[in-house]
Amino acid sequence: MIYNQKIVCLAIPGKIIKIDDKDDSATVDYGDGTKRMINISLVDVKIGDYVLVHAGFAIEKLDEVEAQKTLDLFREMLSDLEGK
Amino acid sequence: MFSLNDNKLAHEIVSNIKKKKINLKFMHVCGTHQDTLVKHGLDFFLKDCGIEIGQGPGCPVCVTTPKEIEEMIFLAKNGKIVTTFGDMIRVPGEKKSLQNLKTEGYDIRTVYGIEDAVLIAKSNPDKEIVFMAVGFETTAPTTASAILKNPPENFSILCCHRTIPFALKTIIDMGELKIDGLIEPGHVSTIIGIEPYEFISREYNIPQVIAGFEPIDILMGVWMLIIQIEQNSPFVQNEYSRAVKRDGNIKAQKVMNKVFEVCDVKWRGFPIIPKSGLVLKNDFDQYDSRKKFEDDIIDLQNYKFKEPKGCRCGELLRGLISPRECPLFGVKCFPDNPIGPCMVSIEGSCNIEFKYLKNK
Repeated sequence: MIYNQKIVCLAIPGKIIKIDDKDDSATVDYGDGTKRMINISLVDVKIGDYVLVHAGFAIEKLDEVEAQKTLDLFREMLSDLEGK
Repeated sequence: MFSLNDNKLAHEIVSNIKKKKINLKFMHVCGTHQDTLVKHGLDFFLKDCGIEIGQGPGCPVCVTTPKEIEEMIFLAKNGKIVTTFGDMIRVPGEKKSLQNLKTEGYDIRTVYGIEDAVLIAKSNPDKEIVFMAVGFETTAPTTASAILKNPPENFSILCCHRTIPFALKTIIDMGELKIDGLIEPGHVSTIIGIEPYEFISREYNIPQVIAGFEPIDILMGVWMLIIQIEQNSPFVQNEYSRAVKRDGNIKAQKVMNKVFEVCDVKWRGFPIIPKSGLVLKNDFDQYDSRKKFEDDIIDLQNYKFKEPKGCRCGELLRGLISPRECPLFGVKCFPDNPIGPCMVSIEGSCNIEFKYLKNK
């Protein structure tokens, strides 16, 4: 997969596997064998965190607990519907 | 990490929407939302359920004006190394695109982000490097962060950043189309959070949902809008809570506020939209290409730019037509030979429609 230069607004999730505090950089693993150095000056992260990467910068940390909550919420809303 | 490809759930949502027998028009402002909608055929499914979702001015490359493209062309012709994102160089200016100029031997380079442009400046100390800074709130903090790191003197930016909330207000105020609900862009929202959209629900009684980019995210966003309409309680609901916090990314906002101030700016297809642009603060004049190279681009300031002949990108960006309603779509305008920006950018609705034509 090519994380090419065409994408202005897309952000791709990746996992932080190495941090270099000196120059605000980290290595992310996109999970498909691609690894890339990114800038982490806009976020507070640690190794193992998932981040959204946009134009070479991590723009936000992804929250696994919230992701699960969203899924639970979806299921709950639908089971309410079916119950009606 | 996140599995949101639940087919059964998707079908359940769609069938529940269908039972509602509604007729609503929603707008989103994000190329990635449009891609998900068209790629998975959700636009068709939802139309069948009485819901039309159109893409408004949600493509940074598309809303960049002919004047801004011409500024870059002038700077390239004046010997600068011009850098920007790949899509931008293919957007036709009045006569040529940056891509055409590149084939004529001018130094135009595509970069993945601003840091690559700064590296080019460092390795070419005898040249001036201009980065065309395009993008919404998602991208603006990356520009700001790079500027705060004191890039070399031979580096500057042509700032074309734009911000979403007041563009939404303008499109509603223009009153050209009915908008029953707004799906807000997930990645813009990771930066700005929820509050900047709230005045829209308050003042215009329009429900809003910040949605992620999986098919389920969008279907759920639609569902949430429907419920808000039924309950007549419009507010900004956050479906994409795994990435969007209530206050957004405060660190990124601080970086942006240090570097930029808000300005009024024209968007393609729109008049000047108040408070919808960003300019560098005076402290960073040395990095402002428009100030640094004022003489190179002075002739453009009062020039009246024309849109390409027959091109309906403006109406498309205002949500008035869909790609196939443009007579040029797939007839004279193709991704390989585009006439307007919406066919160039992978976030443009014409490009997306064309890409997935075979699916339909």
